[in-house]
Amino acid sequence: MTPEQIIDEMKKSNLRGRGGAGFPTGMKWSFVPKDTSKPKYILANGDESEPGTSKDRPLMEMDPHQLIEGILIAGRAIGAEQGYIYIRGEYHYIIDIVERAIGEAYARGYLGKDILGTGFNFDLSAHTGAGSYECGEESALMESLEGKRGYPRIKPPFPATVGLYGCPTVINNVETLSTAPAIIRQGGDWYAALGTPKNGGTRLYSISGHINKPGIYELPMGFNLKRMIEDVAGGMKDGKKLKAVIPGGSSCPLLSADEIDVAMDYDSVAKIGSMLGSGGLIIINEETCMVDLARRIMHFYAHESCGWCIPCREGTAWLRKLLDRFHDGGGRAEDIPLIDELSKNMLGRTFCPLGDAAALPTISIVKKWRHEFEDHLRGKCSFKPAEMIVGAS
Amino acid sequence: MAEVKQITFTINDEKLTTPAGTLVIEAAKGKGIEVPSFCYYPGLSLQAACRMCLVEVEKTPKLQTACTLVAVEGMVVKTDTPQVHKARKDMIEFLLSNHPLDCPVCDKGGECELQDMTFRYGLDHSRFNEEKLHYPEEKWSPLVYYDAPRCILCFRCVRVCDEGMDVKALGIGSRGVNSVILPNKPGELACEECGMCIDICPVGALTSGTYRYQTRPWEMKYVPDPCTHCSNGCKTTLGVRNNEILRANNRDHSGVNGEFLCAKGRFGFDFTHNPERVRQPLIRRDGRLEPASWEDALEEIARRLKQVHEKHGGNSIGVIGSNHTTNEENYLLNRFARATLGTNNIDHHRTADYAGLAAILGPKAKDAQATMADVYKANAVLLIGNDVTNQNPLVAWQIRTGVRHHQTRLYAINGQPSKIHRQAAHGVETAKGGEAAAVRWLATGEGQFEQSVSESLGQMKSALEKESDVAILFGADIQGGAIRDLVAFGSRLGGQTRYMALGDYSNSRGAADMGILPDRLPGYASLADKTERERFGKLWGGEIAATPGLTARGMMEAAVAEKLKAMYVVGANPVKTFEVAQPDRLAGLELLVVHDMFLTETAQRADVVLPAASSYEKDGTLTNTAGELQMTHRSIDPQGPRSDFDLLRILSHQLGMLGLGTPIRLRTPEAAFDEIRQNVSGYDVSVASLLAGGAQLTSAACKSPEPNYQAAAGAVFSSHDNLFSSGTLGRYCSRLASTKEAKDTPWSSSPSTQSWWYR
Repeated sequence: MTPEQIIDEMKKSNLRGRGGAGFPTGMKWSFVPKDTSKPKYILANGDESEPGTSKDRPLMEMDPHQLIEGILIAGRAIGAEQGYIYIRGEYHYIIDIVERAIGEAYARGYLGKDILGTGFNFDLSAHTGAGSYECGEESALMESLEGKRGYPRIKPPFPATVGLYGCPTVINNVETLSTAPAIIRQGGDWYAALGTPKNGGTRLYSISGHINKPGIYELPMGFNLKRMIEDVAGGMKDGKKLKAVIPGGSSCPLLSADEIDVAMDYDSVAKIGSMLGSGGLIIINEETCMVDLARRIMHFYAHESCGWCIPCREGTAWLRKLLDRFHDGGGRAEDIPLIDELSKNMLGRTFCPLGDAAALPTISIVKKWRHEFEDHLRGKCSFKPAEMIVGAS
Repeated sequence: MAEVKQITFTINDEKLTTPAGTLVIEAAKGKGIEVPSFCYYPGLSLQAACRMCLVEVEKTPKLQTACTLVAVEGMVVKTDTPQVHKARKDMIEFLLSNHPLDCPVCDKGGECELQDMTFRYGLDHSRFNEEKLHYPEEKWSPLVYYDAPRCILCFRCVRVCDEGMDVKALGIGSRGVNSVILPNKPGELACEECGMCIDICPVGALTSGTYRYQTRPWEMKYVPDPCTHCSNGCKTTLGVRNNEILRANNRDHSGVNGEFLCAKGRFGFDFTHNPERVRQPLIRRDGRLEPASWEDALEEIARRLKQVHEKHGGNSIGVIGSNHTTNEENYLLNRFARATLGTNNIDHHRTADYAGLAAILGPKAKDAQATMADVYKANAVLLIGNDVTNQNPLVAWQIRTGVRHHQTRLYAINGQPSKIHRQAAHGVETAKGGEAAAVRWLATGEGQFEQSVSESLGQMKSALEKESDVAILFGADIQGGAIRDLVAFGSRLGGQTRYMALGDYSNSRGAADMGILPDRLPGYASLADKTERERFGKLWGGEIAATPGLTARGMMEAAVAEKLKAMYVVGANPVKTFEVAQPDRLAGLELLVVHDMFLTETAQRADVVLPAASSYEKDGTLTNTAGELQMTHRSIDPQGPRSDFDLLRILSHQLGMLGLGTPIRLRTPEAAFDEIRQNVSGYDVSVASLLAGGAQLTSAACKSPEPNYQAAAGAVFSSHDNLFSSGTLGRYCSRLASTKEAKDTPWSSSPSTQSWWYR
């Protein structure tokens, strides 16, 4: 296949980026300039750090060769000869697996010079992050890979023209790249038909929380969320009632129990005011304190804010302190609108989407479970803490 | 240059035409519309971190940062909408959440960008009800302190240190709200102590060791003076309270230096209050220098000068001038030597061959001088010798900025390692002292080098031959014949070739221009030129001899050999500078008079010492190494000492009463400057501009080219001062000397100054 044919198949597949933003993959590859003398790069983003998300891990752990193959396809499509797999620092055991797989691919002649006599050269290596959520943002990842502090870059220019080391770069999520081999083998049309219009194929969902069968499930795009919870993941644990669902990692607005009859594709979830995101579903039962949940989510983002821009740096830290105080019983009536307003003051104004990621779930929790905040004002928290749901602290 | 396309866009309903590629924040500024920002700083890389400059753009859902937004045809921008105002208010609120409200004791209070922005755009109350973050203050060096809680993390300091200074001493530690600025070298500031980070800080996070907790900014008066240390003529705004200079900076970006100042310009002012300063006249009595009245001291000098003059004639007297005193003082000293005392034995420590360049270029000099701005603007810079980073910090800044902003190509030839070579497109390291030979090869192809050097030189030559509009800068290694070679080479290059000789001190160029030379009158008029001799003779009321006098070095040798009978030294320390072998033999002089601020090695041997005012304590003009003239102003009362101008004037009256020479009638430096403007070639510059604080380019030049001009051997040499030393003055700047760098750096590669510091 020629590079153009590869990109055409990818476009036909309606594959959209699995990192969270859902950008059409074929389109992204086609943005890379063809008439450049600069080297080009393929980056696999394996900095999977979004709370509730753990789908890139098994892909790298159990089938790293599929990822390598996907990277090679992308390399061939844009004319790159070097790729990097950037792996989340906490996945330290996975780096060994991936490096071993890369070694095997070199040994078989699938990587290196003149691959299988085709004249195509491609080198690949793995690199670990150092535990920063921000480095999952594509431009911060490139800074980190270049050995600099993981701050995001000003965009435009976008990576397709000015990426790693200032050269044209395609950066895709591990899952996205792992999907490419099947698309090339069986055709873009075949893949597109697995999903809904504009949302091709299947994707992996990491389902966790108060659910009977937590795990990672591959389901067609557009699969109904209610069925996902009740049929696929075995229903609510201990027969408790559902209170809320985080549909795509902790940075998405939360859905309440009455909103879950929805097709899980980018457009349908967007229509009801949330995001499909990274496919990290967190199922939350009726006993969970939503103020505590908001507090824990904010702890995560305040901890992970890189500190580059004022609204995210100061906003997340302020909200973290405010929510701590509020949940500990020190809340005041004016704090409830303040939590909402401070979140909105970050929203859309931060340098990178991390500020939005902190703001969106918070805004949705205040909006949909305001009464729980009001209960706290009266010194009442009748729920269980949310430590099972999002991280420690 | 290619024509820049113009585009038209709309800002707040006004149509605006600007060159394509203009940032909205800059275009708005040009229209008088303020778009507030903290992290945006013209000339440094873009950050878009503070989010203060958010503006509305039609058809774009989110607010956009005006500091990164390039105006394009048809764009519609709004900076004055409720959404924009709300965003600004919110950013200020976020910023103030952890910012300590210690404005009443903060150095920056009253001139703080965060205060101003809060006043203008912020909320009138605080909704932050949590505990603020706190970190202890850190002392990074005796000159730089960091107060993390005040820091708003705009990263200007990090950028100016990295991009502007090429020092890279600062970085960022921790993450998120705990982020702090910290030295890249743990625990210490490994840097040039320029203090750029302090002045560029919009808040009181970085404060100056010399200024902190001294005063409130509104309690000071501000006096803009050219820095008195090196030859670059940076404007430094002195903050003065109660007759004491409390700080120096250039926050208003006035002067040829824009925002730039080095350690000396910013911290090197406390010599004025050094306890070792001579504050009253001293007369040697029974072998000891003892305090005396002004009347006695001046009478003593006049009487004894008259005696020597009567007994041995004017040629038995030597006069050594200064490269720190003003043009007016040097002009007066020239008159005093040549017309009053009747001697051509007048010279100073020449640190660049300005006279050589003026002679070789002749009248062409007028259009062939590189200004400080030219060094920045030039397509290419050829730098020969001189460690500009240490010796000419503004020149180095201009070169670095040109390279960074528009890819100026730097070609550097040096006999010693120099940091500026990092910026060089092409650097050649010759053998030590081999710069002149390299220039000879460029001009004539003559000379032998190691193969690696000759190959490198060859490549440089062919690259240079493709350049146009080259600024050629050279240090003291290039003089006389080497300048002739250089000009021969330079005149073959395309476009306009401009030259700059790099001297050492604040008025090195002015001293030469004013004719403090044994063979030149003011404006490099030749002594051999009868018309010029008569012109100045008539002006000064005396007869000027045609025979050139002794050089400064020659005078010192003659003095030790008791061939000279009297010496008159103004603001110089020839004993050290010329490494006089048996200085005690100067006692053989019938009279040694020294004007100085301190008891230098020369002053210690004087018969009469007159305490002199520093450049910050008097009015006058100074000419920087590029020929740019600026006014200096009396910022404080020297409390005892007097300006050299006054001393020479008074003395001329004393001598006049004794029948030697005619009294100087010029009462003020301004009157003297008028005479200079009318009589010194190239100095007829606009006074209005100078009075308004600007710089004017002078162009003292010989009437006709003198291609064979050659300074006497050993007359022109550099002191190789660095960022922490500047002749006598540097060693009396206690704050500057207290830095680690000042203690660590070898003072000089030249033995003439090495022992100087460590006396």
